[in-house]
Amino acid sequence: MREELYLITAIAGRAVAMPSHCVDSVVDLGPVVPVPAAPPHVRGLAALRSKVVTVIDAAIALGEPDAALAVGRAVVVTVTGHVYAVLVDRLEDVAPFASSRLPDGVNLDAGWSKAARGVIDRGGEAVLIIDPAALIAGTGKAAEMLAA
Amino acid sequence: MDDLIQEFIAETRETLEALSGEIVAWEANPTDRARLDAIFRFVHTVKGSCGFLDLPRLARLSHAAEDGLQAVREGKRVPDSHFVDAVLAIVDRIGELTEAIDQGRSLDDSDDENLIRAIDGAPAIVAAESAGPANDRGKLPARSVRLGVELLDRMMGGMSDLVLVRNELARRIRDAGAAPEIEAALDRLSTTVADLRDTVTRTRMQRIESLFSALPRMARDTAAELGKAVTLVVEGGDVELDREMIEMIRDPLAHIMRNAIDHGIESPAERTRLGKRENGRIRVCARQAGNQIEIIVSDDGRGIDTEKLGRKLIDQGTLTAAEFARMSEAAKRELIFRPGVSTAAAVTQVSGRGVGMDVVRANVERIGGVVALDSEAGQGLSVVIRVPLTLSIISAISVCVGGQRFAIPRTAIEEIVAADNPMLHRDQVGSASVVRLRDRAMPLVQLGDILALPAEGSGIIAVVSASEGSFALAADAIGDHEELVIKPAAPLVMATGRYAGETLPDSGMPMLVLDISGIARVAGLRFDRTARPDQDNGEIEAAADRRSILLFRGTDGIRRGIGLSLVDRIESLGHGAVSIVGGKPHVVLDGRVVPLAGGAAMTDEISVLRLHDGVATVAYAIDQALDIVEIAPELAPPSERDGGILGIALIDGDPVEILDPYWLFARQGQASYLERTCALVADADGWMAGMLRPLIESAGYRVTMVASPDEAEGPVVSLGETRAKGPVVALRRDADPGGPDDRSVYRYDRDGLFAALEQLSVKGGRA
Repeated sequence: MREELYLITAIAGRAVAMPSHCVDSVVDLGPVVPVPAAPPHVRGLAALRSKVVTVIDAAIALGEPDAALAVGRAVVVTVTGHVYAVLVDRLEDVAPFASSRLPDGVNLDAGWSKAARGVIDRGGEAVLIIDPAALIAGTGKAAEMLAA
Repeated sequence: MDDLIQEFIAETRETLEALSGEIVAWEANPTDRARLDAIFRFVHTVKGSCGFLDLPRLARLSHAAEDGLQAVREGKRVPDSHFVDAVLAIVDRIGELTEAIDQGRSLDDSDDENLIRAIDGAPAIVAAESAGPANDRGKLPARSVRLGVELLDRMMGGMSDLVLVRNELARRIRDAGAAPEIEAALDRLSTTVADLRDTVTRTRMQRIESLFSALPRMARDTAAELGKAVTLVVEGGDVELDREMIEMIRDPLAHIMRNAIDHGIESPAERTRLGKRENGRIRVCARQAGNQIEIIVSDDGRGIDTEKLGRKLIDQGTLTAAEFARMSEAAKRELIFRPGVSTAAAVTQVSGRGVGMDVVRANVERIGGVVALDSEAGQGLSVVIRVPLTLSIISAISVCVGGQRFAIPRTAIEEIVAADNPMLHRDQVGSASVVRLRDRAMPLVQLGDILALPAEGSGIIAVVSASEGSFALAADAIGDHEELVIKPAAPLVMATGRYAGETLPDSGMPMLVLDISGIARVAGLRFDRTARPDQDNGEIEAAADRRSILLFRGTDGIRRGIGLSLVDRIESLGHGAVSIVGGKPHVVLDGRVVPLAGGAAMTDEISVLRLHDGVATVAYAIDQALDIVEIAPELAPPSERDGGILGIALIDGDPVEILDPYWLFARQGQASYLERTCALVADADGWMAGMLRPLIESAGYRVTMVASPDEAEGPVVSLGETRAKGPVVALRRDADPGGPDDRSVYRYDRDGLFAALEQLSVKGGRA
């Protein structure tokens, strides 16, 4: 099976893998300016060089509001021309893995299932693959609002 | 070789775009030599390049067209409509082939022979093989290079980085307390960076002409397809807009125009029956309105038939008859933006493509724009696309609330006053808050409530205007006045309905730009344009009996006053802010050259009153602003009438001269600052042209001379009798009126004349 490069990070205390082709870069963010009235997983705006990026809290987007992340390490993704920085806990590894489908019958919560793209086997440990772009819409009302 | 082909494709595409207007003009008048030459040059250039690049099909096509056109140029052939069609067909085919080459696909060539034969269709002619290259010298190409937009984006990005680095450097140098030489070098760096930023920003701007040049051809083709006759008028092609924005409005604009021709303009027969001109008129006009660009497409067709629209939606089951009956006329018109609507009885090839106005609106809103309608059944439809000047720099003022700064576009702010200003009254009307400022009452919105931020003091109140109406916005404090590059924020942020975009100011901390209309919506403010005059209740009228006067000390040390309603704000200007332009002093305010009255030395640091009459801006130099007072409207007459003094008021027992703003604007406002027009009806003695015209022009009107009042659009001044329909100021030769009903103005009554003209201009402007 063909192997692909994955970033292994942690969100809400769980290891997750992101396909490297989905990620523009990994950065350390400076101060974040909040966006009042925005959905909770939108942490605010940050300056990334000369660009303004929208900062997304991956944990809240996955429906784990108690695991809200500290502003720091983030993966940068571009979706429909807008640049987002998706906060992650830490970056553990970048390595090639072969992916497989999610085992049959696995029941993920709504937040997780929307972003899930399969699993990889990391030394006997199954790690969920998530698409960082899928985190941007978030869950709940905001996602519906954008989909409409 | 690939490079050369790419170059050829880009060049051909560009020329074709520029040419499409010429082609239509040529078709209207095939004997027009200049247009003929332009088309000839195009095919000739294509032929030359194709031979070199080994593109035989293009070479044959362009050769055939060149031969035909050459024969016309030599007078051997008359350009009839068949010939024009044949040439146009070849020009089109050249365009198609060029696109095909670019995309690396092939295009069926069976038809080429027909196109070539169509050119020769008329009596066989022997054209000279040597085409006139001499004509290529006619137009020298402008000095330019072609750049990828991506490269410009990177340049822009680098520029912003440079500004941020400079700011950090400046901060550190200030903190470290560096030597004056270093400070001086830093200042030079700052000036250079500012200039450079200005230039780089301009590289992204493009005249909207590049969008408009394709319209004549499109109108022609669409109208021909539908058997309609259309005259297209395009205005405002020199308005500049970010080139990305231009791409984004290309499709919506094309669609609106097709709609206008297809659904709006009636068939020539029907138009004749209705007593309209046979040719439908479509006017496409662009103009900059503050930080927005407005593109207006208006036609004189049948307008939106709201009854038909409603019936259709009711039949579809998406609307109930009761709902429809309750709707206002404006809401009914808005139904055209519902998905799946088409008022045309038959789905036509042109606009019945499944793309409706709903998609147009969605696409325009996606880029932060608005689509609005103005229609009158039977009288035509105006569609207004309003888009922000995104990426262009706008002037903004930041306000603080709950410890966070937000930007408000300067154009949306009417004025900012301290919350404890004695002129300001707050009332609680039921559950709503209302403020009264001078003679205006308006709803009060707490910015902190809208943004769910804890307000810390509510120290200022900004009077802001949305397109629907004005309201007062309370915030904690006012921040800096800054020039900002606004970009659309992520959809998640825009979906809150409170923001117009985001920006990265010099501080390096991102800032959100408030959407004033959005805030009005979130706050639930309901403005009803038609009800507005009624809001002025008795109490406010009483307040208007007294006028508010700003007292100041002039540059000559004398205390004077001026009506507060005209004072936009007071600004301090540094050394050397005054420059002499055309022999008169001017200052630069917000990047615009503004005439300066009041007298000031060029070397002084001065304060100016910025006066604004809704159209023009005039600066008035003062030494110091003193106070705001209310006075009775009656003034004692001034000692001399020529000094621009309205009258003399008694303030604290002292006589104070009150400036005549009318005089100031009439004297200082120049044609370039004003957009008022006026037509003069020529008289036999030349009095109108010789005496009156200079006077009216000096007051800032753009004057045209006409032979009869009926020829003119807009206000007209006529000497002697007048029975014209339009707005006319009639002048009489005798000082005394002819009778009690005589509403004419004595021709040497300067004030009376201008007052009458002003009134007409205002009325005309609202119509």
